[in-house]
Amino acid sequence: MSVIEVVWMVAKILIVFVVLLLAMAYLTLVERRFVAWFQWRIGPNRVGPLGLIQPIADGVKLLFKQELIPAKADKFVYFLAPAISLIAAFAIISVIPITEHFYIADVNVAILLVLAISSLGTYGIIFAGWSSGSKYPLVSGLRACAQMISYELALGFAVIGVVLMAGTFSLREIVLGQEHIWYFIPQILGFIVFLIAGVAEANRAPFDMPECENELVAGYHTEYSAMKFAMFYLGEYVAVINVGMLATVLFLGGWHGPAIFGAGLIGLSNLFWFILKTCAVIFFFIWIRATLPRFRYDQLMRFGWMVLLPLALLNIIITAGIRAFIQ
Amino acid sequence: MNVIELIVFIAAAALALVGAAGMVMSRNPVHSALFLIANFFALAVIFLLLSAPVLAALQVLVYAGAIMVLFLFIIFFFVQPGQKHLYVYSLPWQTFFSGILVIVLICILVLGLYMGGVFTAEEHVQSAAMKVEELTSPQALGSALFSRYLLPFELTSLLLLAAMLGAVVLARKEGRGDMEEKD
Repeated sequence: MSVIEVVWMVAKILIVFVVLLLAMAYLTLVERRFVAWFQWRIGPNRVGPLGLIQPIADGVKLLFKQELIPAKADKFVYFLAPAISLIAAFAIISVIPITEHFYIADVNVAILLVLAISSLGTYGIIFAGWSSGSKYPLVSGLRACAQMISYELALGFAVIGVVLMAGTFSLREIVLGQEHIWYFIPQILGFIVFLIAGVAEANRAPFDMPECENELVAGYHTEYSAMKFAMFYLGEYVAVINVGMLATVLFLGGWHGPAIFGAGLIGLSNLFWFILKTCAVIFFFIWIRATLPRFRYDQLMRFGWMVLLPLALLNIIITAGIRAFIQ
Repeated sequence: MNVIELIVFIAAAALALVGAAGMVMSRNPVHSALFLIANFFALAVIFLLLSAPVLAALQVLVYAGAIMVLFLFIIFFFVQPGQKHLYVYSLPWQTFFSGILVIVLICILVLGLYMGGVFTAEEHVQSAAMKVEELTSPQALGSALFSRYLLPFELTSLLLLAAMLGAVVLARKEGRGDMEEKD
């Protein structure tokens, strides 16, 4: 590996990291404005024009807030939990192909890696719930355990349909395989299961059981304040962006789309389509958050095991049957 | 093995050892579980260094990601932060016999490595790496599981089915709870 390659690699990582941080900060603003809009409110519009400086003001506030650590907390685990949450969320981007030539790493088992890292991210919530030494976070941590395991399974099985279609675990090759037909058309069942399980995996309403505020105060981050709370917040929003990017890459054809900037700037139009599709999925997430009421916990578990998992299995059987006997 | 790989290996191996030792020695079961997760993660990194990315991903996905979550789910019910477990009981001669067991285990390990030709195999490191990569590709693993190792594979699934049935029977005995745990 030459020096230029190393420098370019570091630059790519920095670009992706900074863009993701900014996107996450503004996603909070976009979400608040949209939810306000859906609910016939105004939303944050005081800081800067259209409230555009609001995320920075929030960041500064969180950075300078006083930090409270519960006396009964298990200090080491208490400090570790937000870090796990954040690192796992950011690590996933490293294997996602943004355009045909712009990606950090093209790994031949990228999908497995994504599932593995996102399952590690769950530990952030679980350990935060336990180490706070307080009863509401503990219940939240237990809920997170059960919910994550159930929905991770459905998520993994939904992805297997795509793997069967593409015949590879590499995300870049999966996108290349969608040049003629985006996988959400033949894999519509898998796409639906993936989106629902993705909402649950990112801990978003209507599946945000671990932080359901009218039962559990604020769930696992009840006892966290200042920057540590912000780290959970960051982790959650980056997870939303991750699910959006994954849905784009796996089902919506990734960077494929008409070359709207002419044949010379094919890379730019690829980037445009990738970002547009990701934003569409994220908007869908905000939309259902503002629209649907929260599930009850036992309904959530029953739905995961009795509806989503069988649907995902059915999808695998149908896809495998088509692959084996028709093609 | 180049310099970067060596550095990563030393870090991963150190983490694996610290994780294993910490798991046995920590006095709080949640800390033990945390150390065990660190150990699994370090093992996954070592699998990656041995050019077996599938095994690495599965190691994290299955052991660190799923099984340990279930362990923690149970531990959380019984252990609070700051709680210390002191084991005051021990069997007679326990230290002596465990020492012997450790020595025997190390002998078996070294013998196995020696018989496997690890200490003399400098000439075909490259070809060995190629072979490993071939053996651990998703395709090779899949076809091996469904052809040569089909019987053990099916027997394992039967065993898991029996365990699952046992769990259902145990759970059903004390009334019908609405929280059902399934693996």
